[in-house]
Amino acid sequence: MVGSNRLSSRILFLYVPLALFTVFLLFPFYWMLIISLKPNSLLLNTKVNPLYLTEFTLRHYRYLFENTEFPRWAWNTAVVTFGATLLSLTCSILMGYALGRFRFRGGNLMGTAVFLAYLIPPTLLFIPLSQVVVRFGIYNQYWALILTYPTFLIPFASWLLMGYFRTIPRELEECAMIDGASRIQAMWRIVMPLALPGVLSAAIFSFTLSWNEFLYALVFMGSGQMKTIPVGTVNDLIRADVFQWGPLMAAAVLGSVPVAIVYMFFVDHYVSGMTAGAVKG
Amino acid sequence: MAEVIYDHVTKRFDSVVAVNDLTLEVKDGEFLVLVGPSGCGKTTALRCLAGLEEVTSGDILIGDRVVTHIPPKDRDIAMVFQNYALYPHMTVYDNMAFGLKLRKVPKQEIDRRVKEAAEILGIQDLLNRKPRQLSGGQRQRVALGRAIVREPQVFLMDEPLSNLDAKLRVQTRGELIKLQRRLGVTTIYVTHDQVEAMTMGHRIAVMNQGVLQQLDTPENLYDRPANLFVATFIGSPAMNIFPAKVVSGDGSYRLVAGEVTLEVPPSHRSRLADYVDREVLLGIRPEDLEVVVGSEAQRGDTVRLPVELIEPLGAETLVHLRGPAGTLIAQGEPRIHLNPGDVVTVRVRTEHLHTFDPQTEMAIF
Ligand SMILES: Nc1ncnc2c1ncn2[C@@H]1O[C@H](COP(=O)(O)OP(=O)(O)OP(=O)(O)O)[C@@H](O)[C@H]1O
Ligand SMILES: [Mg+2]
Repeated sequence: MVGSNRLSSRILFLYVPLALFTVFLLFPFYWMLIISLKPNSLLLNTKVNPLYLTEFTLRHYRYLFENTEFPRWAWNTAVVTFGATLLSLTCSILMGYALGRFRFRGGNLMGTAVFLAYLIPPTLLFIPLSQVVVRFGIYNQYWALILTYPTFLIPFASWLLMGYFRTIPRELEECAMIDGASRIQAMWRIVMPLALPGVLSAAIFSFTLSWNEFLYALVFMGSGQMKTIPVGTVNDLIRADVFQWGPLMAAAVLGSVPVAIVYMFFVDHYVSGMTAGAVKG
Repeated sequence: MAEVIYDHVTKRFDSVVAVNDLTLEVKDGEFLVLVGPSGCGKTTALRCLAGLEEVTSGDILIGDRVVTHIPPKDRDIAMVFQNYALYPHMTVYDNMAFGLKLRKVPKQEIDRRVKEAAEILGIQDLLNRKPRQLSGGQRQRVALGRAIVREPQVFLMDEPLSNLDAKLRVQTRGELIKLQRRLGVTTIYVTHDQVEAMTMGHRIAVMNQGVLQQLDTPENLYDRPANLFVATFIGSPAMNIFPAKVVSGDGSYRLVAGEVTLEVPPSHRSRLADYVDREVLLGIRPEDLEVVVGSEAQRGDTVRLPVELIEPLGAETLVHLRGPAGTLIAQGEPRIHLNPGDVVTVRVRTEHLHTFDPQTEMAIF
């Protein structure tokens, strides 16, 4: 094939589908963004083209900060997200390592059981869990979510990490242990640096899921000052059948910023981590 | 530096007995090669010594210390793995320094030892590279360097040359021997390559199915194999083995197999006394079968056999002969002219004959 030919086929089969896909995926975000920046007068006006901005205002954002508890919701979400992610990650690393490395009686059974636990839908699990939360006396406290999110974060994250740990040759650790490391030292200084891409994937996964979680947040921590962004937004910005579209979308934009930042920051590390993990060159 | 003792060591994995009642003493400063076919338990024996596997029963001593239940880090050994197991995220320097840092060796001392080892191995220029930027041979050296800097009591090596190409393997083999003689560190070296075993070891331990078959110097192993397994495992091409009947008459013993009759040298006669009129397994190494060009009178040590196939190898020629029970391989002159179908005279060096009890497979002589 000649160069120009190849270029046109690349455009046809690669760039065009990718572009369509990107537009399709990004459109909701665009929609969200322009609504959050439109004055109320234009919001429901059918005479103007809704797809772009003719006038622009930040009053929805100001409304969010002045007339609602949004900063407080953001703080709550952050505390819960970091707490749950940290806790889940610690447990998952230890568990994934044990399941991936040690042969012990019932090990496989345990691995399967953990995975099955992941398959129980939260919509069922929240009923018994709410009992637990109440009896623990942590209802409407940060702990209510920090301790319940791991029920769905740990199973997935530990499976992901178990698979990742298995890709790291056992000899590396054995060599480190002969060289003078204890098992913990070998794990920390040899396995963890090599498993970094896996750990980061698990972290991103946990972060995103915790940040966006709605059901548990609504049931276990849904009153007064303790709302998270998703719960607060839906609770306080939708009054019966009145949708305050402007502030609603502004909250949605601000709510997705941290997730976007986390992805942007870690994708770089994720990629460099991948190459550092290559054992056979 | 220290001696190593396996005292009735057994290692069982569920139903598999990987190492079976191994008793073995490695002398201080000795280069001991552990050799045997795949799956015979060499690696497992080594890993038990390293502390990577818990022994099922028995004891292991390093120096005069019982280390059976001591974790690997406190056994003061260094191991070179088959795939080298270099830490991919560390530079060559850090790979070599890792063990010393863990042991809190002072920085200058670490630097001195790493540089020294690097110089011995000719890898000074590679110290800042990552393992993935090295060739196979260079990685092998780094793995070796990482063991050397530790200055351990014992080196353990599990087929460290098997990932190198043939030429590099021969070269590194020589360097490794020199290095071990120079450092004088007790070394246990695992291989399934019998050429490596024969050339490198002070002594060789031959294992089969978890059981130690024979522990001896390369010469003794070759000339006086303890049993049929060792006889056929050591030496390439392998020893010819075929059944023969022991016949006695007028004060001499003969071994008879089909048309082949061989006189037993007087020195060995007494051993065969119990086997008269019974079958034994007769073993002859190819180099002890000499193909004689030209016709010669039949004697007590010659037989006439038809040629099946010629394999010229350059420095020698392997002549496949139709023997009394299957093919016999003889080593001939380099440029011998023979054709399949020729009947040749073969002189047997009867002083180098081996016989084995057909039931126990133990050597008779
Ligand atoms: N972790 C294990 N679990 C179960 N069986 C094992 C394990 N490790 C080794 N074995 C078994 O023990 C026996 C000896 O294995 P080992 O690795 O020591 O052999 P080897 O002599 O090193 O062979 P090779 O030359 O192929 O490396 C084999 O039958 C093997 O299947
Ligand atoms: Mg092995």
